[in-house]
Amino acid sequence: MSGARPYIRPIEPLWWARPPYLAYTLREATGVAVAGYAVVLLAGVISLASGEGAYQAWLDFLRSPWSLALHLLFLIGILAHVWTWFAIMPKTMPRLVIGDRVVPQSWITAAGLAVAIASFIVILLLAKWVQP
Amino acid sequence: MPPDAAAGGAPREIMIKTLRYRPDVDSKPAWQTYRVPFTEDMSVLQGLQYIKDHLDGTLSFRWSCRMAICGSCGMMIGGEPKLACMSVLRDYYPGELVIEPLAHFPIERDLVVTVGEFVKKIESIYPYLIPKTARRLDEGEYLQTPLQLARYETFSDCINCMLCYAACPQFGENPDFIGPGAMALLQRYNGDSRDGGEEKRMALVHTENGAWSCTAVGYCSEVCPKQVDPANAVNQNKTRSALDYFLRFLGRSVDVRSAPPGGGAP
Repeated sequence: MSGARPYIRPIEPLWWARPPYLAYTLREATGVAVAGYAVVLLAGVISLASGEGAYQAWLDFLRSPWSLALHLLFLIGILAHVWTWFAIMPKTMPRLVIGDRVVPQSWITAAGLAVAIASFIVILLLAKWVQP
Repeated sequence: MPPDAAAGGAPREIMIKTLRYRPDVDSKPAWQTYRVPFTEDMSVLQGLQYIKDHLDGTLSFRWSCRMAICGSCGMMIGGEPKLACMSVLRDYYPGELVIEPLAHFPIERDLVVTVGEFVKKIESIYPYLIPKTARRLDEGEYLQTPLQLARYETFSDCINCMLCYAACPQFGENPDFIGPGAMALLQRYNGDSRDGGEEKRMALVHTENGAWSCTAVGYCSEVCPKQVDPANAVNQNKTRSALDYFLRFLGRSVDVRSAPPGGGAP
C-alpha cells in the first residue's frame, strides 16, 4: 500500500495496575504468600532435622508477634489467591464433559472454592484436635 | 443516516471524542471531538457514520455487516475492546464517549488498524481440516458425534474481530505472540476428531511465541463478542504442550481426543 505509515502506540507501562487486569495482578502477586507459607514449613522441617533446640527455636518464632503479623498477611494473600485462582481454573483445563454435556465453567470454579473451604475447615478442626 | 425523532423520541446530543491519525499530515495521533445527535436505538457505529455523513467525511473506520458477524468494527470504546455495532450510544450518555483504534495494533489511519500480521498468524496454523486418512467419495462422510462436536464447537465461532488481541497485555508486550484468536482457531482444528494435522500445529504451539507467551490473564475471553473463550484454547494447548514434552522421554505421543463411541468416525 503506497503512503502507508503505520503509527505504533507503546503499551501503557502500568497496564497491570488498573482494571480489568487487577484480578490477574492480584493472583500473580499473592503467589508470593503461597511461597512464603512453603518457606516457613520448610524451615520447620529443616529445624526438626537439626535437633530439639532448633525445633524449639522455630516454634518460638511461630509464637512471636512478627510471625503472627506475617501469617496474617499470608492468610489474606492466600484467600485472595484462592479466590482468583479458582476463578481462572476452568480456562486452564480441557473442556470437562460428563455424560454428553460440557460442564459449565462456573460449576468448576464453585467446586474448587468448595474444596478450598472444606479443606480450611478440616485443617482448623485438626489443629483444634491436636492442640495440647 | 440522520436520527429520526419519530423512531426513538427527541434526539439528544453526545460528545464523541475519537483518536485521529492521518499518516499524510500527522506525525502522531491527536484527539478530535464531535457533537452527535442520537436516538435510543443508535449504535456507536451509527454515531461514527453520522460523523462521516454530516460532520467530517475524512474520518476513517472499518465496518461492514453492522450486526456482529463480520468482525470489522472492533475498536476501543470507553477504553474497552468492543464492536462498534454491538455498543449503543445511550450507554455512554451523558458523559463523553472516547473512541480509539484497537489497542496493541499499529494505526493505519484514524480508527483503522494494520491487520497484516494477524492474517499471517491465521495462515500459519493450518486453518483447515487435514483428514487423518484420505477417503474416497463412495466411502461416505466423516462422521462426528455431538459430544465430539462439543469439545471444539465454540472455537469455531470466531469472527476474527481481534478484540481479544486488544485485551491481551502479553500481545501488547510481544507482537510476535501468536495470540488468543489464532490459538482459538488452532484449537478448533486440533480439537476436531476428524482432523489429523495436530502434529504440524503443535510445532507452533511449543514455541515461546506459541502457547507459552500466555500468562492466563483471561480478559480475552471476557471481551469476546462470540463467547469463543480463546483463553481456554490457549491454556488447553499449554497443557498439551507440557504433556508432549514429558511424553517425549517415553518415546511416544498420545491422542487426548476421545475415540468415537461406536466407531462412527475414522
